[in-house]
Parts: sequence; structure tokens; C-alpha cells
Amino acid sequence: MRLPTAFALLPALALLWGCDKPPVARADAGRGDAEDGRTTVASLACGACHSIPGIRAADGTVGPSLAGLGNRNFIAGTLPNDPGTLAAFVRNAPSLVPGTAMPAMPLSEAQAIDVAAFLASLR
Amino acid sequence: MTRVRGLPAGLALALAGCTPIQSALDPAGSNAGMVFDLGVAMTIGATLVCVLVVVLAWRAVRRSRAEGAWLASPRMVIALGAVLPAVVLTALLAYGFVLDRQLAAEEDRAALTVRVTGEQWWWRVAYLAPDGSPAFETANEIRLPVGQPVRFELESADVIHSFWVPALGGKIDLIPGRTNTVTLLAEREGIYRGQCAEFCGTQHALMAFMARAETPEDFGAWFAAEGGDARQPETEEEVAGHGAFVAAGCGACHAVRGTAAAGTIGPDLTHVGSRLTIAAGTLPNHAGTLAAWVTDAQAIKPGARMPSFDELDGPTLRSIAVYLASLR
Ligand code: HEC
Ligand code: HEC
Ligand SMILES: [Cu+2]
Repeated sequence: MRLPTAFALLPALALLWGCDKPPVARADAGRGDAEDGRTTVASLACGACHSIPGIRAADGTVGPSLAGLGNRNFIAGTLPNDPGTLAAFVRNAPSLVPGTAMPAMPLSEAQAIDVAAFLASLR
Repeated sequence: MTRVRGLPAGLALALAGCTPIQSALDPAGSNAGMVFDLGVAMTIGATLVCVLVVVLAWRAVRRSRAEGAWLASPRMVIALGAVLPAVVLTALLAYGFVLDRQLAAEEDRAALTVRVTGEQWWWRVAYLAPDGSPAFETANEIRLPVGQPVRFELESADVIHSFWVPALGGKIDLIPGRTNTVTLLAEREGIYRGQCAEFCGTQHALMAFMARAETPEDFGAWFAAEGGDARQPETEEEVAGHGAFVAAGCGACHAVRGTAAAGTIGPDLTHVGSRLTIAAGTLPNHAGTLAAWVTDAQAIKPGARMPSFDELDGPTLRSIAVYLASLR
């Protein structure tokens, strides 16, 4: 009877896929919601280029690791790491660093602020 | 290094909240519904048989002498050991035959045929014209009109794969040298995930696709547009991206209809920007992930039949990604 076994496993799989949400430390920097930012970073798969702590399968090596980003003084080695600049950078990196390989991302301004809050919480 | 990406979680969250997009327990059409009913019947039947066996085993251990004799009598052995299984399995067989006929009748109703070819590790998709010739080719995503059964001709270019959209119908193998068929029916609009269900090599886990069930009007509009040539590059960056695409030799493997790119080794990219995912369900689709894929395909999906283009400079890589995203 392999069918019933498979059926029994399916709800477990559905849970694994849709609904996991490891907790994240609430950010004190920035105005955004770090938790929403984390969800956005996961669903856009920034992890295809970056290794990002706390996000499953985020182990890309095209760009730098985002671990400890909240402690850094500069973004991309050139821009001040304040919440406004970080939000602008994740939304449209080429407008700030013309030679960068990081494309503009499909983020609304509000989403970018949340993403910046999430990144600032990585200490 | 094989990496299972966060896409299913990401897409599920983004598109469907916590509703499952790949579940045989949530059928979105009567074909999958019939298979689901069979699953339920078998689960209930198996549970009853299991309970019966446990109860009898328990009685046999704690029996009185008289009861032991009753359980071990030739009449009981024949009734429970031969007659019961014969009746149950015959009923199940009959159910299976009837179900099979019903699904076959759905196939006769299908007006649209789609040919899907499994390749390591992606899906070549051709919508067929009424005369059976390919009307146009696309990849890694299928669309179907709600309420109309769609017939799938399934083939393989290399090893055995298996085609399964749990919410829309049964599972069937893609076998080299053979054409198998299956009919899917969506009765609920939505986005469903399909997955290769037969181990086909190292990147088998990253061989998925999306099935989008749309109203017949939306489907008709898509069908007309999808058969057309690629959108011309418009912005300066798109024009530069198209130039870089040509210069990098992408056209040796990929076709972009309406341009010189006519390769057939990899997925057709004529309307790649309109897909939900890239690289067979591996990543969500936008300029960022397109850039990641072009420069780092071998890290994202090691062994895939596309090299990493890791010698492009930043602006060139971005322009290719922006050009691809514009191919809607
Ligand atoms: C195509 C690959 C790619 C994608 C996709 C991508 N990035 Fe980047 N990212 C880069 C590269 C390359 C750099 C280095 C840029 C530079 O120095 O100019 C970078 C730099 C950064 C930095 C600055 C890091 C530092 O140490 O200074 C941040 C923050 C960042 N990215 C966030 C994101 C977020 C958030 C996303 C998703 C919305 C994302 N990236 C998606 C390639 C990518
Ligand atoms: C040697 C052949 C080859 C070359 C050259 C090649 N590709 Fe590919 N490409 C493939 C194959 C094969 C796949 C499917 C990989 C998979 O998913 O397993 C693919 C997948 C893709 C996809 C994802 C398509 C989809 O439907 O999800 C994109 C986008 C892409 N390639 C872009 C490019 C670009 C841009 C270039 C040039 C810079 C390029 N490719 C050069 C073979 C090639
Ligand atoms: Cu497979």
C-alpha cells in the first residue's frame, strides 16, 4: 500500500514548503519591518547571488556575503551605510554604483525600507 | 554541491499565502479529483483491513481455547486468507478500470494538445496546431484554459523523467523512444506546481515547472501573443543587452523568435520574461535572478547544460538580464 503512505506524507510536505518562518531579531535600525524584509529577501531569491544568514538556500557567491551587514560602515565599499542609502541601494544599485553587477530589483519603496531594516538587523 | 533553493517557499508565500500549490490532497479539477477519490477509498480500505488484522492478532494472542479453534478453523482461514483479499482486490481492480475509462473519455474531449519533452533538467513545451505540427515552442511553464481538458504528449530526449502536476491529474513517465499521454483538467483558476517525479540525474530536484490555469479569454490572449515573435528591445539598456546576448553566443543554444538566435539546445527564450520562474522552477523570474543565472548557472544548478558566463562586466551582465526580462 504505498499510496496511503504517500498521502500521509503530503500534508507534512505542504507545511515544509509554504509555511516555515524562522524568527528574526527585531531591528532597531531603520523604520522598516525587518520580518517583512526577510520574507521579501527570501521570495526574491537575493540568495542566488548572496549568502544571507537565516535564509534557506541563500548561498550565492556572485556578490559578497550579507552576514554582519549591520556592522559595516560602507555599502559596496563606497556608500555610507545608513537606512536611507541602504534602501535606495537594494532597490536600484546601478543608479548609485554605475559599474555594479547587481541589477535594479523589483522592489517598491516600502519593500526596500523593510529589506534595509532586515539587512541592518544582520549583526 | 547540490542546493535545493528557497523558491518553493518563496513562491508559495508570495503567490498563494499558505495554500499548497503542489498537493494531490487539494485537487483543482475532476481528473485529479477522481485520483484523489481513489486515494481516499484505498486509505479507508487499508485502514479497515489493518484494524481487522490487529484485532484478530490481539484475539489470537489472548484467546481462550474455543476462540483459538474458531480462528484456526479451515473455514476462517479460507474466508479471511483467500476470499476477502480476492473480493477486495477485484473490487479495486474494477474501480481502477472504470477510473481509467473515465480519464480516457476526458482525453477524447480535449481540443488542445501540448507536447512536453523532458530534458536534463528542464521541460521543452510545444503547443500543437490542429494538424499536429508545433504551433510554437516555449519552456518550463504551461498554461491551460479553465474547464477544458488539455491532452499532453510526453516524450524524453535523454533519460526517464516523470510528469506530475498533483493538483491537476495523475502522474506519468516520459520514456525515451515512446510517447505517453495524459489529460489534465483545471476547474479552478490558479498557479499549480509540477515536478519531475522520476530521478533523472543530479539536478532532478531542480526540475519543476508551473502550470497556470486561466480563464479561456486570458488563455486565448496569451496563446495568440506567445505564438508571436519576441518584443523588440526599446530602451538603451535593452538594446545593449540584445547586443551582448548576440556577442556572448547565447543564440547557439537559445532561440528568440524574430531575431537571429535560433539555437535549440536550451529553452526557447522568445517570451522568457513572462514566465514565473527560470531554470525549471529553480528561481523566481526577474532581472536579478536572470543575472545570477547567466553569470553563475553552474553554481545554481551544477551540471546543467549551460555554462556560467562569468567573464562579463557588471553593466554588460545587467543589460543582458534587463533584455531577457523585457522579453514578455
Ligand atoms: C546578480 C546578482 C545579485 C543579486 C540577484 C542581488 N545582488 Fe546584491 N550585490 C551583488 C553584487 C555583485 C554586489 C557587490 C556590488 C558592488 O560592490 O558594487 C552586491 C552588493 C549588495 C549589497 C552591499 C553589500 C556590501 O557588503 O557592501 C547589499 C546590501 C545587497 N547587495 C543586497 C541585495 C539584496 C537585498 C538583493 C535582493 C533584493 C540582492 N542584493 C540581489 C549582486 C547581486
Ligand atoms: C551550451 C548551450 C547554452 C548556451 C551557450 C547558453 N545557454 Fe542558457 N540554457 C541552456 C540550457 C541547457 C538551459 C536549461 C538549463 C536547466 O534549467 O537545466 C538554459 C537556460 C537558460 C535560461 C533559463 C530559461 C528558462 O526557461 O527558465 C536563461 C534565461 C538562459 N539560459 C539565458 C542564457 C543567456 C543569456 C546566454 C548567453 C549569455 C545563454 N543562456 C547561453 C543552454 C545554454
Ligand atoms: Cu527527474
